[in-house]
Amino acid sequence: MAGPDVAVDPARAPVRGPSFVAAAEEQRVFVASQWQLMWWRFRKHKVAVASGGVVIGFYLAVLGADFLAYADPNASEAQRSLMPPQPVHWFDGGKFRPHVYALKGARDPQTFKRVYRADPSQKIPLRLLAEGFEYRFLGVIPMTRHVIGVAAGLDASKTIFLLGTDVQGRDLWSRLMYGTRISLTIGLFGVTASLVLGVVLGGLSGFYGGITDTLIQRVIEILRSIPTIPLWMGLAAALPRDWSILQVYFAITIIISLLGWTELARVVRGRFLAMREEDFVVSARLVGCSQMRTIFVHMVPSFMSHIIAATTLALPAMIISETSLSFLGLGLRPPAISWGVLLQQAQNVQTVAISPWLMLPAVPVIIAVMAFNFLGDGLRDAADPYGR
Amino acid sequence: MDDNSEGGFAPLPTVDRQTLLSVRNLKTYFAQDEGTVKAVDGVSFDVSRRRTLGIVGESGCGKSVTARSILRIVDRPGRIIDGEIQFRRPTNGAGGRVVDLAKLEPNGREMRAIRGAEIALIFQEPMSSFSPVHSVGNQIIEAIRLHQPVGRQDARAKAIEMLRRVGVSSPEARVDQLAHQLSGGLRQRAMIAMALSCKPTLLIADEPTTALDVTTQTQILALMRQLQQEDGMAIMLITHDLGVIAEMATDVAVMYLGRVVEQAPVDAIFHDPKHPYTRALLRSIPRIRARTRERLTPIAGAVPHPYDRPRGCPFHPRCPEFMAGRCDQQEPSLRPVAEQHTVSCFLYE
Amino acid sequence: MLGYIGRRVLLAIFTVWAISALAFAIIQLPPGDYVTSYIAQMAAMGSVVTDEEAQNLRIQYGLGQPIYVQYGKWVKLIAQGNFGMSMEWRRPVTEVIGERLSLTVVVSVAALFLTWVLALPIGIYSAVRQYSAGDYAATFVGFIGLAVPNFLLALVLLYLGFSLFNANIGGLFSTEFQDAPWSAARGWDLLKHLPVPALILGLAGTAQQIRIMRANLLDELRKPYVVTARSKGLSEMRVILKYPVRVALNPFASTIGYTLPYIVSGSIIVSIVLGLPTVGPLLLKALIAQDMFLAGTIVLLLGVMTVIGTLISDIVLVWIDPRIRLEDT
Repeated sequence: MAGPDVAVDPARAPVRGPSFVAAAEEQRVFVASQWQLMWWRFRKHKVAVASGGVVIGFYLAVLGADFLAYADPNASEAQRSLMPPQPVHWFDGGKFRPHVYALKGARDPQTFKRVYRADPSQKIPLRLLAEGFEYRFLGVIPMTRHVIGVAAGLDASKTIFLLGTDVQGRDLWSRLMYGTRISLTIGLFGVTASLVLGVVLGGLSGFYGGITDTLIQRVIEILRSIPTIPLWMGLAAALPRDWSILQVYFAITIIISLLGWTELARVVRGRFLAMREEDFVVSARLVGCSQMRTIFVHMVPSFMSHIIAATTLALPAMIISETSLSFLGLGLRPPAISWGVLLQQAQNVQTVAISPWLMLPAVPVIIAVMAFNFLGDGLRDAADPYGR
Repeated sequence: MDDNSEGGFAPLPTVDRQTLLSVRNLKTYFAQDEGTVKAVDGVSFDVSRRRTLGIVGESGCGKSVTARSILRIVDRPGRIIDGEIQFRRPTNGAGGRVVDLAKLEPNGREMRAIRGAEIALIFQEPMSSFSPVHSVGNQIIEAIRLHQPVGRQDARAKAIEMLRRVGVSSPEARVDQLAHQLSGGLRQRAMIAMALSCKPTLLIADEPTTALDVTTQTQILALMRQLQQEDGMAIMLITHDLGVIAEMATDVAVMYLGRVVEQAPVDAIFHDPKHPYTRALLRSIPRIRARTRERLTPIAGAVPHPYDRPRGCPFHPRCPEFMAGRCDQQEPSLRPVAEQHTVSCFLYE
Repeated sequence: MLGYIGRRVLLAIFTVWAISALAFAIIQLPPGDYVTSYIAQMAAMGSVVTDEEAQNLRIQYGLGQPIYVQYGKWVKLIAQGNFGMSMEWRRPVTEVIGERLSLTVVVSVAALFLTWVLALPIGIYSAVRQYSAGDYAATFVGFIGLAVPNFLLALVLLYLGFSLFNANIGGLFSTEFQDAPWSAARGWDLLKHLPVPALILGLAGTAQQIRIMRANLLDELRKPYVVTARSKGLSEMRVILKYPVRVALNPFASTIGYTLPYIVSGSIIVSIVLGLPTVGPLLLKALIAQDMFLAGTIVLLLGVMTVIGTLISDIVLVWIDPRIRLEDT
């Protein structure tokens, strides 16, 4: 029975340990969809997977900012100005009972600065899912619960200051949560607008080629050789002062999205050019598919993954742009809260030297930018499932 | 899982004066995350002076890695883990001094003195085997000056002379051109000129004509034969094309999955093939004097995945002469079956 | 080759035109026209602009005429070296900018220079010793460089300098040279102050260039011509430096054009944080005070400067890459 034909068909071959497993493995790869292959490749990239988790965490914070905050981000009080971050004591009398000490503020008679002294006799226990200020969860469900807080009857914004307070005595942790919401959504909207511009222009450029291509390529080249920040500063400064937060928010989104589309357009064009010559596109055309069908049924799905990767990589630039503009006082303006607006308070080195916690909003900026970069890198590698 | 110690090889006829290169049980492995690729797994063969050894086999059988192992330019993570590469270095007068290239430091002084000067390499891909930003002449002159004590002007004259020898027209002008300004055939000629500029004793030609069209291929092969007659070097010709072998080789080594399965003079290979793989290979190519409507038989199955080499004789899953219990359990070794004819198959043990 | 340079020059001219249009737009954006705000400003200062003067200004700037006429008149004035008046400073814009523009150039070029000096060897090392500890270290520093916006880096370094060494790492000159006329001592003082801002500005670019160099070189290292060079018997060092590095240098060099705008952009914010006497802080002040002629001029000059820098780098590229030199000959 052990003729040569046995060996020809791997499915019928006698089980020979690893070789059979390898054949099955190969079979699995052959029938896997493109997205499955991408996922398998992406999964191998540990840092990218971890970054993906961080990004998801960030966007959960965007959704639940009011739940994660424990104090009204705009509740200001001169009596609480520039409080340092408050240490949390985890145990009380040998039992796990997280609490903080009450703080007493007084003005130093010599330097006239406010100094705060902890009072160990007054322990304020921290509660999970405590009652706090009212808000609408996800914008609809009215709620008063927050992830942490203090016992009923106490006001969280007057008693706990996990990351300290700013000059106006507003709680930094809570403001950071709200800032995350604005900074990350502005990045998301900005990148969406860029994506539309980039895909339309890059697609036109790559699909039609010729004069259209040359024209769009030149425009991109010109845009890329201009230093953008002074330009965007100019545009942002020209926004009318009396605009509402929402209007400014959208204007800034548009301004920073004008910055990001060139790179996306470049990627889309490159893909289109590469794909125009691919056999499956040529054959789609030959069997008489309409141009629209060729583009949207055959071409776009096969480079969707590249677009997703490029979009992820474009997000950090958006976040940094918003942060920079707001930091300079040309982007979002208080009472809007964003990472850049929060960092504005850290502009002066003397202030920072005395209250270094004002630089804390830099931490989420850096983590977010890194996470998006790693995630984007991982996605880009995975986007080429047949690559090396 | 592969136990190589039991397989091994039987000693070939002793290394005589005429033997220039003698490879014994060479193993070059690539350690990768997914597993170890045994690209060359116990290769043995000999190259004699002034002769042409053709090495033939399907893609992925380890031909190119063997060539690069001899020159000690295997890319990482590849590493020679076992075996000998005895090479006879020319010395003035006497029969030469034999060194084991496998023991040399890959980038050491002695290896670099041999590489390019005594063993030269030409290979496929005439598009990209020259630097795109340096002139052809620059690269030939560099090779000459590296191994010969000549000045820039003399080296340039030599380079031009060499280009003329390989049949490049108006070499004085071509010498300053970039590779992409030359046609594929011209580029391969320039490549040969560079390889032979230091009069090596061994030329390794790795698929030298695969990327060329048939007419150019014939010209290049004729050129190589002519230069071999003039300079007297030995050629190690790696190809998957049995036609090229028939035209060029004096001896043939047939490789399968990192092993030599048969080595013999060219006539014996074509007229009296012993190994079932060699026979299958010959059946799979058309012959000019074949009967009309004669069927070509492809070799059954496919080359196994390199991570997953079959146990026993590597060819047994595709072998029509498969002997259960023998071929899938033990490894055959190269044994002489006739004068200068060795085969690695249980049919002849 | 001439064709290539010609195309580059043409593109540069178009870019300058686009920048001038944008700068003009920035000047025009705030409500009200220049002369009206000028008169209001002067009135606030207690001086009176005569009707005749006002009329002359209106004619000079073509106010009341179609926008393209105004643009044309503005360009004409600029060509004559008249960039208008700064409202805020009540002095001609050129005077206000003074040496700040050249200092911006100095800082940007220093950052660019540093970018190259650091990125080239590190990138080569990273590629040749792929997956070594040094490669991972370079990759890590590279990611930090990309992830930390340069103004934050400036802020952190400023804070560290302040709190650890009680030193001000900002500025470009020591106090005694702040307003001193140019001298060798002042130049030396500038050189001593340059590394910190240059490093801050150059870090992101360096990180990016290391990645570009590493990726390009890794691609090139796999090419057959490297095998050819190696098979000649060249030493490994010589093989790598003469061939793949040389080839990988081209895409590396061509990115310089995109690095410069990036550095110039960054210099604005970093200068504001570090208090450098470049055009950065001036631009911010001008924008906040809606001193549009000053702001527009700064945007214009920065853009033109960048375009010139990019053009120079393109021409350098021709010298480096023989393939372009031989094009259409």
